[in-house]
Amino acid sequence: MRSDYIPITSPLDEETVARLRAGDRVSITGVLYTARDASHRRITAALDRGEKAPFDFAGHTLYYMGPSPAHPGQVIGSAGPTTSGRMDAYTPRLIAAGLRAMIGKGSRSREVKEAIKKYKAVYLAATGGAGALIARSIKKAEVIAYEDLGTEAIVRLEVEDFPAIVVNDIYGGDLYEEGKARYQA
Amino acid sequence: MREISADTITQSVARLCQEANFFLGEDVLDALRQAREAEESPLGQEVLNQLLENADIAAREHFPLCQDCGTTVVFLEAGQDVHVIGGSLYAAVDEGVRQGYAQGYLRKSIVRQPFSARVNTQDNTPPVIHTEIVPGDRLKIVVLPKGGGSENMTRLAMLKPAEGRDGVIQSVVRAVAEAGSNPCPPIIVGVGIGGTADKAMVLAKKALLRKVGEPNPEPEFAELERDLLSRVNALGIGPAGFGGRTTALAVHIEVFPTHIASLPVAVNLQCHSARHKEALL
Repeated sequence: MRSDYIPITSPLDEETVARLRAGDRVSITGVLYTARDASHRRITAALDRGEKAPFDFAGHTLYYMGPSPAHPGQVIGSAGPTTSGRMDAYTPRLIAAGLRAMIGKGSRSREVKEAIKKYKAVYLAATGGAGALIARSIKKAEVIAYEDLGTEAIVRLEVEDFPAIVVNDIYGGDLYEEGKARYQA
Repeated sequence: MREISADTITQSVARLCQEANFFLGEDVLDALRQAREAEESPLGQEVLNQLLENADIAAREHFPLCQDCGTTVVFLEAGQDVHVIGGSLYAAVDEGVRQGYAQGYLRKSIVRQPFSARVNTQDNTPPVIHTEIVPGDRLKIVVLPKGGGSENMTRLAMLKPAEGRDGVIQSVVRAVAEAGSNPCPPIIVGVGIGGTADKAMVLAKKALLRKVGEPNPEPEFAELERDLLSRVNALGIGPAGFGGRTTALAVHIEVFPTHIASLPVAVNLQCHSARHKEALL
């Protein structure tokens, strides 16, 4: 791990979230839950019916990712982030219900950014298209819900030194906006 | 008349699906290395380093470069003197995709119906096939696994002819600016200009098959490619969208005659995992 990475543990506590600023490099160790389009749809449909989500996501970290199949004897296949914006329609509600952190790639809607500020959550980016590299930091993977969705099932991951960058912090910082402004010609 | 067996086609497609997903082309790797040297943003340099390391792992371990192993886009150039025996051409291609994605542990990302019954077909079929009939007795097969993140940022503008070259520039720069960090920059920008809406879009996709940075042979179009590349890179989006000088590795333009009323401009973006492999049977 590089020395300029901030080591953090997932699930993240409130103090850690408050410490993170857009542009910080973090190295995550702990537990992440994968979720993409189809599982978001099912989770929110369950909440609509007054049922519980298949796992208690309050305080936890979602990783927007659908892996390629694991080779025999390996933990997981290629495992990089998918485009987060497709989850924007579902996200403010999950943040309001306690979701603390999200990992994906690409910019979020105004509503998501506002929910991040209001409820003290954080949005992190992993490097899109670096799925073979990222897979090395995943030590354990277990499907915990919606197995029928295949690659879109919810998987509990145990990660070590998973590299990510803070994009949206609780103070309104936005790395995509700030980075672009810095290098615009 | 030259005979090619359906089995041979299936085997070729299965192999190409895997090679495309494991081995990033030397042209792409060279472009990423050059970008790493030129990039000023420290975060941008780090992303480029990660991408090169990722490509190295994928090639050594026959591991997919990206978990999104794409919609399998297949370009066929069939010589008019080729006779496919032992099965139909498209069924042979489908079977190749089925076998390739299973053998290579590639992700299956296709749902049977797009809006109300999004059920995975489990084998990445059907592929999207574009066929051209050409002179000769050979069959050229190009497999381009296309990721959803970059494909979703596609734009089509049906400009007024009066908008001319400036209108083309505005359309392309706007498409890249709006896409921002979503299509996994640094990207390759495929641009199809002319024809009809559908023709322009196929040209934009075919433009992605050109060796990265190889200019259009027509000097006027090559100059437009250079202009567009510098404008796109002035946006500041940078590697992974974290800010930087390298938003695109290249802009490739393909041009076709068009109607007196029309100026179609199609923009199809390709993520840095610019995967395609070909075979000539």
